[in-house]
Order: sequence, then structure tokens, then C-alpha cells
Amino acid sequence: MDFEDTPQEAAFRAEVRSWIDANAPKHLEDQLKRANFGDMGITSEDPIQACKAWQKKKAEAGWACLHWPKEYGGGNRTPMERVIWNQEEGIFRALGGLFTIGQGMCGPTVMAWADEETRRRMLPPLASGEEVWCQLFSEPASGSDLAGLRTRAVKAEDGSGDWIVNGQKIWTSGAQNSDWGLLIARTDPDVPKHKGLTMFFLSMKSPGVEVRPIKQANGQSSFNEVYFTDVRIPDSQRLGAVGQGWEVSLTTLMNERLSIGAGMSTGFPQLLSLCMDVEVDGKPAVQDSNVRSKLAQFAVREMGLKYTGMRAITALSKGETPGPENSIGKLVAGATMQDLAMFALDLQGQSGVIWEKDGPHDGRFQAILMRSPATRIEGGSDEILRNIIGERVLGLPGDIRVDKDVAFKDIPTSGRKKAAAAA
Amino acid sequence: MNLDFSDEQKALKDQVRRFLEDRGGVAQMRAVLTSDASYDKDLYKGLAELGVLGAAIPEEFGGVGLSHLDLCVVAEELGRVIAPVPVASSIYLAAEFLLQAGSQAQKEAWLPKLAAGEAIGAFALNEGEGRMGPEKIKASVSGGKLTGTKSPVADGDCADVAIVAAKSDSGAVSLYVVDLNGPGVERRTLGSIDPSRGQAVLTFSGAPAELLGGEGDGWHIATQVMDRAAILMAYEQLGGADRALEMARDYALERMAFGRPIGSFQAIKHMLADMYVSATLARSNCYYGAWALASGASELPVAAATARVSASQAFQHCAKNNIQVHGGMGFTFEYDCHLFYRRANALALALGSVSTWEDMLVDRMTTGNVAAAA
Repeated sequence: MDFEDTPQEAAFRAEVRSWIDANAPKHLEDQLKRANFGDMGITSEDPIQACKAWQKKKAEAGWACLHWPKEYGGGNRTPMERVIWNQEEGIFRALGGLFTIGQGMCGPTVMAWADEETRRRMLPPLASGEEVWCQLFSEPASGSDLAGLRTRAVKAEDGSGDWIVNGQKIWTSGAQNSDWGLLIARTDPDVPKHKGLTMFFLSMKSPGVEVRPIKQANGQSSFNEVYFTDVRIPDSQRLGAVGQGWEVSLTTLMNERLSIGAGMSTGFPQLLSLCMDVEVDGKPAVQDSNVRSKLAQFAVREMGLKYTGMRAITALSKGETPGPENSIGKLVAGATMQDLAMFALDLQGQSGVIWEKDGPHDGRFQAILMRSPATRIEGGSDEILRNIIGERVLGLPGDIRVDKDVAFKDIPTSGRKKAAAAA
Repeated sequence: MNLDFSDEQKALKDQVRRFLEDRGGVAQMRAVLTSDASYDKDLYKGLAELGVLGAAIPEEFGGVGLSHLDLCVVAEELGRVIAPVPVASSIYLAAEFLLQAGSQAQKEAWLPKLAAGEAIGAFALNEGEGRMGPEKIKASVSGGKLTGTKSPVADGDCADVAIVAAKSDSGAVSLYVVDLNGPGVERRTLGSIDPSRGQAVLTFSGAPAELLGGEGDGWHIATQVMDRAAILMAYEQLGGADRALEMARDYALERMAFGRPIGSFQAIKHMLADMYVSATLARSNCYYGAWALASGASELPVAAATARVSASQAFQHCAKNNIQVHGGMGFTFEYDCHLFYRRANALALALGSVSTWEDMLVDRMTTGNVAAAA
């Protein structure tokens, strides 16, 4: 057991470190260091352009999408080399946030399901950051029950083979900055819900696509609603067969959960330093026994996540696939950071109410408090993740699904109506 | 990066698991619990013959000379079957005390016997209720004779030798080796929530006592050895947590209610998922502890407290919810659930309560180790 690199890994790390040292946008470092949850913190220039500039520079030197094949704009490196890159990229990794969904979820889906010509056209600009992608999955009436989605795609009547899309998506991160979207839509309402779906990709500049930012509970607008009104998509932009959309979406979702859970911190180091700063009964909070007990609880969660991540890296380093233990990442991190923020505000006393970037402790715990509810929902809610652990890791039976064999068009859409009918 | 055990260590783990299952697994614990025996002598002898007791004891003292990582995988397997043997007292503690602080003569006198299972060791620290600290030690040694009362002493009912914390002539807390079969020692077995690992009160009235380590170094050495033992015990707790989770999972698959296996209800499914989360966090923290133990890293005190807190809670969490998943059957003596519940709650107190270790964890994170830990 050790935390050391193999000689090859050490050599790769040295190469990466020197390139990053020579090329990273160091003028942004101070701002990135003061970033808060949900806010990248860049104000000196357009943050989107800053992200794209760093990604382009990486791509030109062969450091973009390290684990992708070269012909698709990647670096053809091992998963372990990608881990080392991420570790070395450090604070500048935040500049990759704009591309996380595209490169982490949409890209792998295109790679798995598109034809070769499409892959060579779509993937390199995605890798280099010239084109940004979003994922058009969730709808107002279908979140956890994604397969209940209602956005319709029907064949155009003009014989062109094109599809005409109408409907609405929601919770689309980064849609306002995206060039392309990965869209799942219903193509057949007469079969059970999982069977009537088809996956497409489309230009977000297509006529009839309208992006409306959602003003979120924390005051920011990173999520959007996307409306489709008679949007035309060529059949060549279909991924997988007609009716195979659910299967295609599983590729995306598996990648989503890995991406969101990976390497999450709960804010514990910041909490520890807060406990040395603020006082309880005239002494640093860290000396108070109640505070200490809570701190220890947060510590073992933070460290448990950290070393769970290192176990996964160990597997990658040996050329193996990480085990199911990684499925706990987002479930633990989301709930822990929310509890941690509430505890931090409590320690701040009445000043805990102040949320200013130049206020007490840069307002960072307030930012966590206000953003963390979303972490517990996005990319699989806590409840869905517990189902996944229960069913896929522990082998428990699936939930009863009363709509499994019912044609989509016959599935009830309002609990209230059904209850009234029953009464 | 290699936060994993070697193939040889995994093979040892399999071997120990097969050995323990062949002997009846958890049934051995039940047998001791329901008899007057203080531990399973046959099993203990078998573990000695397998080389398990002496795994981390050097060959020159009768051990096998493997590493503490090997002892970690052994501990996990002992924990899975909540083995009714005094390995923690004799090997994680007494033998470690001798290895860390014993003189050559003391090592030669006791380590071969401990490794062979011919003698059992114990650590006599506690003196009554409340959190233990050096100021609470009243037992004292004067002119090489020990006087005082230690309670509770884990495996004190069956031990042949004890490492006793007592004040020296000058009043400094020191450690002493005491032959429990010699004069001036009385013992009484105490009732306990987990009688498969006996607890005793030891009363010393002029028992011959031999200094272990330097005079006045007692608390310092005890802290170091308890850190090491905490990591090994965390592995036992981890094994127990995993097994309790598996029992609950298996029952949830088999038991029907409302026409469905109860594991298909989210109330049960999510409870089991949370148990898995606890056990997984504990396992990762235990790996951190094992690395620190084997490498002698300066982070050892932080790693020990982390593994200890995490594994104590995971075992308690899994053991109590295992009963809950089993419903009424889980509260019968016939089902094994209570055996794990007993052991989980007893181990959570051994070496100091969870709140004591939480306190130590924060102490250690805020004094020097903070950069490495956080």
C-alpha cells in the first residue's frame, strides 16, 4: 500500500506539471481561488471566453479529453493518465466546467451510438471547446421518471425523412451557452413508455428552439428551460434506432453519475478553519466539545470520500474498472455539504445570515447552503441513487412499476384526478 | 497510487475466511455466549497453528514475521464471524505493547507464548465509569509491587499476563507487566453486553510488577499502542458491518410482505443503501488506517482516529438496522442479529468510546497534521 506513482505515472505527472506551469492562465488564479459553490468567480473577463481559451490551448497541445481516441480530438491516454492530469490541473480545472456535460456525457453517447462520419465531425470541436453541448433530458413532468417524458418527435409529412419536434425540456445546464444538444424525445406514444423513445442531437441554433434561463432558488441562473416549436431535425442526427432512445440514454446517465460524483469535496477544510476563527463562549469554536463531535463526523465523511476516490484511482492504475463503491460519491457529498453549511452558519451566529462575497468568510458557506439542495437532486436524486445502490449493488428487487406494460398514452397524468375517480 | 492489499494478502484473507467458516462461522460465537467458557479454546489454538496470531510478530520471537497489513485482513475476517477469541487483547494490544516498548527479555519471555496461543495477554487500563485519562489512574506500584483495582479489563477473565497502567513510586503513570497467575491477583468475571469477549475486574494486592518502557512514559506508550490497535479493531468492525449488511440484504430478499419481497419497498431498500454507504466510507477510511499502520506514517494518529470513528459507527449502524430489517425475528435469541448488535456496541467502547476518539481526531487534525489530513 502506498500513495506513490509508478515510474511511468511519475514521468507523465512531471510532463503534465511543467506544461501546465508554463501555459495555465495564471492571471485568473486569485479569482478562481475565491470561487464559491455555483459561482466560478471570474469577473475580470468573460468567463465563457476564459473557459474556451484554456480548453483550446489544451486541445492544441493534445491535453483535451485525454482518454478519447486521437481521431476524435482526444489524447489517447489511459484513464489513470486522465486522473493525473486532473490532479495537476488543480484550480484551473474549474475552467472545464463549461464542457463537463458535453465531454463527460454527450461525447461518450455520440461515440457509442453515432456512425463514424458523425463522430469525426462532432467530437473534435467538442473536445477542443469550440462547440459546447447540453443534455436535453428532464422535463417538467418527468425528472426521476425520465422515461415518462412527453416531448414529441414525429416524421415530417414532406417525405424528407426529417423529424419535427414539439415540447419542453427543463433543468438544462448551460443551454444558453450551447451549440448542440443531445435530445431524447417520444416517437411512439402507443407503446409502453421505455419503448417509444428516440435519441437525437440538434443544433441549438435551429429555428423553433427557445432557451429561457430559470431563476433558481439561490438567485443564479445556470439551469434553463428549452422550448421546441416545430423544430426540424434531419434523420441523420438520430442516435441509435427509432425506439431505442432509452437504451441510448443509459450510456449518458452512467457517465453522468460518474462525472458528478467524482472527486467531490464537502467543504470540510473550510469548516475546520472556520472553527478555529469563530468563538463559542469566548474560546475558539474548535475547543467546544459539541463542535468537536460534529467536526469529527464531517471529517470521517470527507476522508471516507477522499479515500474511496483513491481506491478507484488504484483500480485505474492497475488497469481495472473501479468497483461499485463509487456510487456513494454524490449521495454522501450532497447531503454532507448541506448539513455542513447549516452547521457553519450556526457557528457564525447571527452573522451567518450575511451572504456577501466580501462578508464573513467570503460568504462561502452561504453559497453552499443555497446551492446544495440542487446537488441532492441533479443527476439522480438522493432517492434514485439509493434505489441504484439497493438494486444494482445489493441486488434487491426493482420497485413495482404499475405503468410498465401500459401504452404511454394511457398512463394517468394526475394523481388528483385518479383519486377523485376512485372516490 | 496503490490503496489496496496485495494478492498474497487477499489470499491470506480467503484462507482465514475458509478456516473460520469451516469451524462454524458465527455459531462459534453463539456457543461461547451460551456457555460458561470465556472464549473458544479450540478456535484460538487453531488460529495459532494457522500462524494468524503471530502474523505480525517477528520470527525471532516466535511469530511469522508478516506485516501489519496481513494482520488487518485477518482482523476483518475475525470480525465477519464475530469470533469469540481474545485476539484483540492478546495480539493487537499486549503483543504490540511488548513490541513497541518491551525489553529484549520481556519480548523473549512473552511474545513466543502469545504467538503460539499458549498465553493470553490483556491491557488493564480502566478504573471505573467515565472517560479514561491519566489523572484517573489510582493503581500504583511501590517497590515492584502493584496495588489497585482495574475494571473493566477485556479478556481479564482468561488472560495470563496483563500490561497494567499504574503510578510509579514517583507518581508518574507507567506501564507494568504483571503475571496474572502469580500472587496478589484476584479476578472476577463481569456481566457484559457481549459475554463472548469476557470482561473482568482485576484486584491487585502486592502483585509483582515489572516496568515496561520508561518510568513516566506510560500514557504516551499507551496512546501509541492504542492507535495501532484501533486500526486493527476497525478492521474487525468493518468485517462485522459488512456481514450484518449481508444478513439484512439476504433477509430482505427472502422475506415476503404484502405479496412482495420486503427489499422491494423503498423504506427497506433505502435503509440498506444507507448501511452500504456507512460500510463503504468505513472501508475506505480503514484502508487509510492500514496504510498508516504499515508505513509508520506521521499521519498515523489522524488515520487511526478516522478509521476508528468511521468503523465504530458503521458497525453500530449496520447491526442495529439489521435487527430492524428482520423485524420481530431479529429480536429473538435464535436469530444471529443480536450477536452482531452485542459485538458492535461492545467494540464501540473498547479502547475508549466513540466520543473520546472523535475528540482525539479533532485534536490531532488541529495540531500539526491538519495539512496532511484535510
